[in-house]
Amino acid sequence: MKEKSKKRKGISLRARRWIAYGVLTLMVFLCLFWFYVLFINATRSHGELTRGFTPIPSTHFLENWKNLLAGTLPVWTGLCNSVLVAGSSAVVSTYFSTMTAYAIHAYTFPGKKAVFTFILMIMMIPTQVTALGFVQLVTRIKLEDSFIPLIVPTIAAPITFYYIKQYMESNLPLSLVEAARIDGSGEFRTFNHIVLPLMKPAIAVQMIFTFVTSWNNYFTPALILHDDKKKTLPILIAQLRSADFLKFDMGQVYVMIVFSILPVVAVYLFLSRYIVAGVAAGSVKG
Amino acid sequence: MKEYNNKKAVSYNRWGYLFLLPFLTVFVVFQLIPLGTTIYNSFFENYRSGLTQVGPNFVGLENFRKLISSGELLVYFKNTMIMWVMGFIPQIVVALLLSAWFSDPSLRLKFTGFFKTVIYLPNLIMAAAFAMLFFTLFSESGPMNSILMQMGILSRPYKFLSNSWSARTLVAAMNFLMWFGNTTILLMAGIMGIDSSLFEAAEVDGATATQVFFRITLPLLRPILIYVMITSLIGGLQMFDVPQVLTNATGDPMRSTMTLIMYLNKHLYSKNYGMAGALSVLMFLLTGFLSILVFKMTAERKKK
Repeated sequence: MKEKSKKRKGISLRARRWIAYGVLTLMVFLCLFWFYVLFINATRSHGELTRGFTPIPSTHFLENWKNLLAGTLPVWTGLCNSVLVAGSSAVVSTYFSTMTAYAIHAYTFPGKKAVFTFILMIMMIPTQVTALGFVQLVTRIKLEDSFIPLIVPTIAAPITFYYIKQYMESNLPLSLVEAARIDGSGEFRTFNHIVLPLMKPAIAVQMIFTFVTSWNNYFTPALILHDDKKKTLPILIAQLRSADFLKFDMGQVYVMIVFSILPVVAVYLFLSRYIVAGVAAGSVKG
Repeated sequence: MKEYNNKKAVSYNRWGYLFLLPFLTVFVVFQLIPLGTTIYNSFFENYRSGLTQVGPNFVGLENFRKLISSGELLVYFKNTMIMWVMGFIPQIVVALLLSAWFSDPSLRLKFTGFFKTVIYLPNLIMAAAFAMLFFTLFSESGPMNSILMQMGILSRPYKFLSNSWSARTLVAAMNFLMWFGNTTILLMAGIMGIDSSLFEAAEVDGATATQVFFRITLPLLRPILIYVMITSLIGGLQMFDVPQVLTNATGDPMRSTMTLIMYLNKHLYSKNYGMAGALSVLMFLLTGFLSILVFKMTAERKKK
């Protein structure tokens, strides 16, 4: 009887399952194929590359890597700069976003609702539209070729704030704050020693997102950083693109791309479960 | 005693302002003041012509008039929208399909963790590096041409970056790959939020999977779909890294892949602050309007 009722339901479950697997496999292929070619080509010499594609890796990865380091592109400083900017941004942004969220969550004061509404309203406005004024400001206060204008502005991160605020609503009972007050803990101390540790899961997720966003950011750093010693990886990649490509050793180009995406991919492979869950949680806005 | 408590409460709440201070200070200094000076700049003629600096002279709305009447703006707006739509349509279709499958309990798909991990991966890849990768892969002597020729699909290398539609398709494809996983996860969260008794009732009534999808899932997802569309549109208007690196800032062929932000970037580099200001103000008005729509939807859902 049950079998019969199932048969009436349009396409059978089995067929639907196979269609689903088919499409998913195709999507996985579309997501990974380019990186497969990238890793293969990173192991091949310029000569081999010009002869056309083969699906089997070659043995020149280290050679390409050494050539890249010996070249004019400041790869290591670029990496250090990227790590420094993205790392500091992640720490600074999440710390102060938690602080902002705590201000809205735990206190009542005139104008609180207005501030909250305001932050939500500016959430989607892109930074590019204020880039002109931003660059002029940075030039005027002589902070060109400095990382400060890339790190400090991340303190005002509405999206990070909103995510942490949501998390706080369900994970930080105000009675806990009250209890700390009765025990004589100062407000700042309560924030650092009680609130921050409780927010760890949300902070970790947002740290990753802030890190990745900053790591991948090209538009603003390219306007601020002109000194070779200060450039971050995306700027170097764009520089590689504007160099006369055909004369260049293509093996080095591939290695450079691997080099700039590998750290993020490595972190992702370890933390993907939390990251995907974080995206889902952040999406349930309201 | 009561008065004492009140005083205490007031003094606690002062901390609220104190904790807000870093955010507000940084916001004012690095966002609000720049926005102000950007708007201010839009009313001034201020550029470099060869070695001579012209301006800054107050010209009122002249920059806006010039910007709109030159026709370039319209072309770049059109390019941006075309590439956004070309990426967004497959993105939303695939994301709807995948999210419906992932959240359908009767389908009992395996390896969903693996699939979700893989489809979200491109979102984290540096857009500049991804574009550089596509540039090398699709260059005339690159691996894609080599593979297509080995498979017998092409007889000689195709110049992907010399044809406006193939170049736009590459940009759209990259945007699609980078964002469909993210959209899938957003929509899945939305489907999870639908009352499961509705699906059960449909099951009892003997509805097919297609009927459930079109009659229940899709209508109830409408608010989230609109949200996804507007936020994606805001993101699309900011399209920069991918076409910038792919075409080496030229927007070639024939400026068919030049986006609005690439145009802004060009003005910023050539220090034409008047035009950059006017373009920024237009972009601000457009994204600001869209942001208010998003804000209203967020607030409405919050009420429920």
